[in-house]
Amino acid sequence: MVIYGVALLSICLLSGVFLGDLLGNILGIDANVGGVGIAMLMLILLAEYLKKKDKLKAPTQEGLSFWSAMYIPIVIAMSAQQNVIAALDGGPLALTAGVAAVLISWAIVPILSKGGNTDETLENEMTGGDQRVRNIR
Amino acid sequence: MLEILGNALTDNGLIVAFTVVGLTMFVSYFLSDKLTKGRIHGSAIAIALGLVLAYIGGMVTGGEKGLSDIGIFAGIGLMGGGMLRDFAIVATAFGANFSEIKKAGVNGVVSLFLGVVLSFIIGVGIALAFGYTDAVSLTTIGAGTATYIVGPVTGTAIGASSEVITLSIAAGLVKSILTMIGTPFVAKYIGLNNPRTAMVYGGLMGTTSGVAGGLAATDPKLVPYGAVTATFYTGLGCLMAPSVLFLMTKAVFG
Repeated sequence: MVIYGVALLSICLLSGVFLGDLLGNILGIDANVGGVGIAMLMLILLAEYLKKKDKLKAPTQEGLSFWSAMYIPIVIAMSAQQNVIAALDGGPLALTAGVAAVLISWAIVPILSKGGNTDETLENEMTGGDQRVRNIR
Repeated sequence: MLEILGNALTDNGLIVAFTVVGLTMFVSYFLSDKLTKGRIHGSAIAIALGLVLAYIGGMVTGGEKGLSDIGIFAGIGLMGGGMLRDFAIVATAFGANFSEIKKAGVNGVVSLFLGVVLSFIIGVGIALAFGYTDAVSLTTIGAGTATYIVGPVTGTAIGASSEVITLSIAAGLVKSILTMIGTPFVAKYIGLNNPRTAMVYGGLMGTTSGVAGGLAATDPKLVPYGAVTATFYTGLGCLMAPSVLFLMTKAVFG
């Protein structure tokens, strides 16, 4: 059933956010430390595990795929509620700092990501990885 | 009649949001196809249009939440808010390959630390150039240059003025928005076409919304890899900026 996929996703997010808050609490900061990242790792591992056991039926996968496909629309809604005026009003200092940070970081990306076999990894990813997790399509 | 329509829209905020975003995407993909022959990805145009709508919303209402401050568009706030955003980000991980994440793990962690420290130093440098000399203001603006969440968290923790905190938020917002818009354009020059680079990218840039939005416009398959590192960035920044980085700034600038 579709709801199984949605519920699986919810369980991952809730556990991740809880663990992230817990981690922040242990470290003594009032922030969620990587909660969403933890949730993503959980979902990847769970999906691969269930897939291997043949327990991840097509409708269940549809529940996951739907929300995955809603990602870009949600990002657009997110951009439509940014405080753009404040960003522009922050004046030259904020603008310079933000732009400089982005430009310099861009320049560093190729140096740090050396060693990857680009063509092969992308090919593998497109097919859904070794486990062919995304075999719904 | 107008009142009935207004009520109908206000009462169904989330549905209005689906409609607005759907129409925005339709227009964007149409423009992408006709005007740029697909060279500029439709989702990049849509995100830019979203920011324009946010600007208009801010102008009209004077609020901080862009379009969602306008009554009938309040649903945009729910659709693009933290809850559904995180839910959808996690969903993109479905189908991502764990062995890729392990392979890029070390690079990802290195990029995280480097990303926080680098942005911080750049922010401090620029703040110095603009005449700030006290360690508290320098640290807060440096932290804001990491992300717009780290800035106010740090500023509040070390007692910065509200003016400086606002500046730090603005710096982070500029970074986030520029990353959102610029990523698809710069992607091919920095080799951003594989999971490993996407993870490094997420760690270096750190702004979850900027990275995820930018990668979505570049190649949606890269989103989970960028997001998995970026989501640790703000936490790491909140951890390092008010502590280690503040002490170092204080040691240098008194």
